[in-house]
Amino acid sequence: MARALIHVPPSAKRGDIVEIKTLISHVMETGYRIGVTGKPIPRDIIDDFVCTYNGEEVFRAKLYPAIAANPFISFFTVATESGTLAFSWTDQHGATQVQTATIKVE
Amino acid sequence: MAGSGVILRLAIRPAAATPETMREAVRSAIGEATVKKGRVKLDLPPIVENGNSVPCTVSVESPMTAADHVKAIHIFNEKNPQPNVISIKLNPRAGRAAFSTRIRLADSQTVTAIAEMSDGSCWSDDIDVIVTLAACLEESIR
Amino acid sequence: MKRTAAAIAALAAAATAAWAAEIPFEQRRPDSDFVSADSRAMQNDDIANPAMLAVLDGEALWNTKAGETNQSCADCHGDATKSMKGVATRYPAMVAEQDRPVDLEQRINMSRLADQKAAALPFESKDLLALTAYVARQSRGMPVAVKDDAQAKPFIAAGRALFAERQGQLNLSCAQCHDDNWGRTLAGNLIPQAMPTGYPIYRLEWQAVGSLQRRLRNCMSGMRAEPYALGAPELVDLEYYLMWRARGMAMEAPAVRP
Repeated sequence: MARALIHVPPSAKRGDIVEIKTLISHVMETGYRIGVTGKPIPRDIIDDFVCTYNGEEVFRAKLYPAIAANPFISFFTVATESGTLAFSWTDQHGATQVQTATIKVE
Repeated sequence: MAGSGVILRLAIRPAAATPETMREAVRSAIGEATVKKGRVKLDLPPIVENGNSVPCTVSVESPMTAADHVKAIHIFNEKNPQPNVISIKLNPRAGRAAFSTRIRLADSQTVTAIAEMSDGSCWSDDIDVIVTLAACLEESIR
Repeated sequence: MKRTAAAIAALAAAATAAWAAEIPFEQRRPDSDFVSADSRAMQNDDIANPAMLAVLDGEALWNTKAGETNQSCADCHGDATKSMKGVATRYPAMVAEQDRPVDLEQRINMSRLADQKAAALPFESKDLLALTAYVARQSRGMPVAVKDDAQAKPFIAAGRALFAERQGQLNLSCAQCHDDNWGRTLAGNLIPQAMPTGYPIYRLEWQAVGSLQRRLRNCMSGMRAEPYALGAPELVDLEYYLMWRARGMAMEAPAVRP
């Protein structure tokens, strides 16, 4: 499990546009760097990031090797109702990591 | 990992993106739609502090309603080994068509952001950035 | 009385500020003054600063039992947010066990060996950096307070001698950039004064967290000089001088640097 940090405001008024920030530990190896053997180090990147809000997709990103190591992504979403935001990062090998955060909307 | 600054540049010279591969990548993303300049604001530092991690923000003017919203935002470059940087999918639940991330830029170049609207129109912004090597590097990758 | 006091003051000033071309005390500025606004913002946002991932790893390690004694750091030191407050401001420091100073990384390993009866963590290993980042974070905002008593002075002086010594193919000394040319541009960056209040740092060039010793070795490579090995006494002496030079300035660890 890679270490991830998420910021979701713990509470918001209904209809507020809130900013979500995410950071995950990952080397995002491009596949272009030459290793000590003289051969390129194989590509190893997270290539998919999705955020759902009570099950509904609110943000999706396809990442390429040009995204810096330890990918940081921040975006916005409308605080529609109380519930759970789920963040999932999937790497090129298909391995997925999910982390959740709750929001109280009044 | 160490040495990425110098080694990355040496490695990419044989296989850099070209204006043509960038055009192909754009076509792959948005089809044959014409792209107009405007409505999109791409924020990048004009002189990059370190090409390994460049803060990047895109914001698009849009009410983000069901009738009128940004469906997707793509970022392209012309000198990295690959022309794509990131592709975002949005819907009216976003409230605001904007996002931030940190990108890698291998060389001084033009970076382009293209937004696809719900009515099929495409808008763009681009910025020229200068990228230099750091002065104090490590000798070899560890 | 006045003349004696003045003489003593002059002697003290001469003893501690015996080195010409040092940055005047009131002109000292933190290295974060010389990075981009974006990097400063990244440093101060606990969600955007990648070094915070290491701090979280360090917190987990702090609470993990280790070694023959099967004790965690927490078992002796309790809550690090209380017990480690101010610790990083005092390193490098002399220790009872040796006649040489040690830096924070070495001090952590001393505890692992002696108290946990666990293996020392290799320099620049993920775990040692995580623990160092976690401990150093507890001193954020506090003034650097390394001791410069009679025992320490020879090592600080040795560090200063290294700082002022020309070396490598470029025949440059640290002082020439960091005392004489701070604020000017070198490649795409501004030359800082080299006040190490932010270590361990997330260096954008490394795309990783690293120690002051790793950064000093990079400087030496940059000067085309043979870098000292990690853990070398010369590096600890340099660290001690640099931290003493930064005395009173606020700790920023873990910082973001280009």
